[in-house]
Amino acid sequence: MFEPLQYEFFQRGLIAATMVGGLCGLIGVYVVLRKMSYIGHGLSHAIFGGAVVSYVLSINFYLGASAWGFLTALLINATTRRRKFIAADAAIGIITTASFALGVALISRYRTFTRSFDAALFGNILGVTQNDLYALYAVSAVVLVLVLALYRRLLFTTFDPEVAPFYGVRTEWIDTLFSLILAGTIVVSMQVMGVTLIAASLVIPPVTARLLTNSFSRLMALSVIIGALCGFVGMYASFYVDVSSGANIVLVAAAAFMLAMLYSAVSRRLATARGLAAPPLAPSPAAREHALFE
Amino acid sequence: MLHPVPHEIEEARPAVELRGLTCGYDGVPALSDVNLTIAAGDFVGLVGPSGAGKTTLLRAILGAVEVYRGQAYVEGRPVSGGRARAGYVPQLETIDWTFPVTVEQVVLMGRAADGWLPWSPRAARERAQAIMERLGIAHLARRHIRALSGGQQQRAFLGRALVSNPRLLLLDEPTAGVDIKTRDDILHLLDELNHEGVTVIMTTHELNAVAAHLPWVVCVNQEIIAEGPPSDVYKPAILKRTYGADMAVFEYEGMTLVAETPHRLGRAAGPHKARGRNGGQA
Repeated sequence: MFEPLQYEFFQRGLIAATMVGGLCGLIGVYVVLRKMSYIGHGLSHAIFGGAVVSYVLSINFYLGASAWGFLTALLINATTRRRKFIAADAAIGIITTASFALGVALISRYRTFTRSFDAALFGNILGVTQNDLYALYAVSAVVLVLVLALYRRLLFTTFDPEVAPFYGVRTEWIDTLFSLILAGTIVVSMQVMGVTLIAASLVIPPVTARLLTNSFSRLMALSVIIGALCGFVGMYASFYVDVSSGANIVLVAAAAFMLAMLYSAVSRRLATARGLAAPPLAPSPAAREHALFE
Repeated sequence: MLHPVPHEIEEARPAVELRGLTCGYDGVPALSDVNLTIAAGDFVGLVGPSGAGKTTLLRAILGAVEVYRGQAYVEGRPVSGGRARAGYVPQLETIDWTFPVTVEQVVLMGRAADGWLPWSPRAARERAQAIMERLGIAHLARRHIRALSGGQQQRAFLGRALVSNPRLLLLDEPTAGVDIKTRDDILHLLDELNHEGVTVIMTTHELNAVAAHLPWVVCVNQEIIAEGPPSDVYKPAILKRTYGADMAVFEYEGMTLVAETPHRLGRAAGPHKARGRNGGQA
């Protein structure tokens, strides 16, 4: 039962998987509610480009990749805000794939690469070093402090970015800080989950939690717990089933999501039978058109 | 029936002043050369067809439009991009109703910019509780916003605006899409607030049911067409300029009522051609 814990590399992997799960669960709430689920996928690809550039220029991976990710996130924000006819998903598609392509181009240009970028693409949780853990602790601490301090402002900005400024919320600052938080989160999660699987860690926990509650504060707490649990369970189980740990974590999360779907469907059926109003995610009776500007 | 006159208005102390204001979005003016003074304590309805700039006028008071000429003032001070000095209730249609927030969480958003702790200050929570009780939604505090009736939803967002004790309240279509009883409740509530000294400015599409009960009506269509008490403003010539359609005006038991010229559509139209487009929204 405790056999895997004998190995130091596995202990590190377990800590990393749990923390990354919780961290992504926390940030994922905002990502999903802003309807930017695709940004995790896009930004991690963009950061891959940044990682290659940092390597070529011999810059520290964390600094180079974070700066690159932050700038990419800002660029996406700027593109969608300035030009209202370019939707966020399109902006993400253009900017992040271009950045990913740059990384691939650089790798193919300098064929003498000794470093394996497979780890970045698919994650290498067992290769997590003590320094990677320190970076993860630092980023988690900063993200936690920022999210707690900005909690009510972030909520309002996410709920209604048009109206929040009238109530004294500096939405442009909130958006910028959020881009920074997101870039940092993805950079430290990349080592664990890999570019290709990170989107699942950002999206599945909040969506699963959403099926269980209608309250924002509970959603946050549940999403963090679900993310951390999936990370822990997925990682631990991977030792026994001998499956890539990143993939295993995502599969566990997907299973949790399906359980929540089932629970939600059953409880809604029961609530309807008892005549109670609005279980979580009650269907809207009529699609309401957005028409802020007359 | 609402109080026939608003709370004593203070002519000398305007709540809102727009001086020669031309403003809009993306370089395109939506309102031109608007001069409008609204006294503190007044209760004003903005009427006009869709796209006339009613919402833009509210946004100009909030400092959320591009200003090309002129200036807006709230309580004598020029409006800039910063924090608005007004409570604002948006059109309910713009709200994301699937968003996971409860009524209490929405009301407390009104104080989101106070302090840096994840929870609201005690004073804000007490104020929110008092407001919800006043609005009759305290028992719904932990309900999801989707699980409310139209009137309750309107009250929740009114609560958000009131939680910071604004002296000026701006509402965009607060009576749209609610039933008659709810509409009357909301109007009476606004009237009560007005009599406590809050200046109220609201947009509406409903000339008879809503605007006719207000002490002051402003007709808007890219500019200010007319303003005054409903009995002075509801004149065929003014309404024609505001809505671009002929409307009959008649007096009934001391009330001034407006009738839209009926369209004749389909087979029943016969030789009678429908005249123009009705500018008002259904």
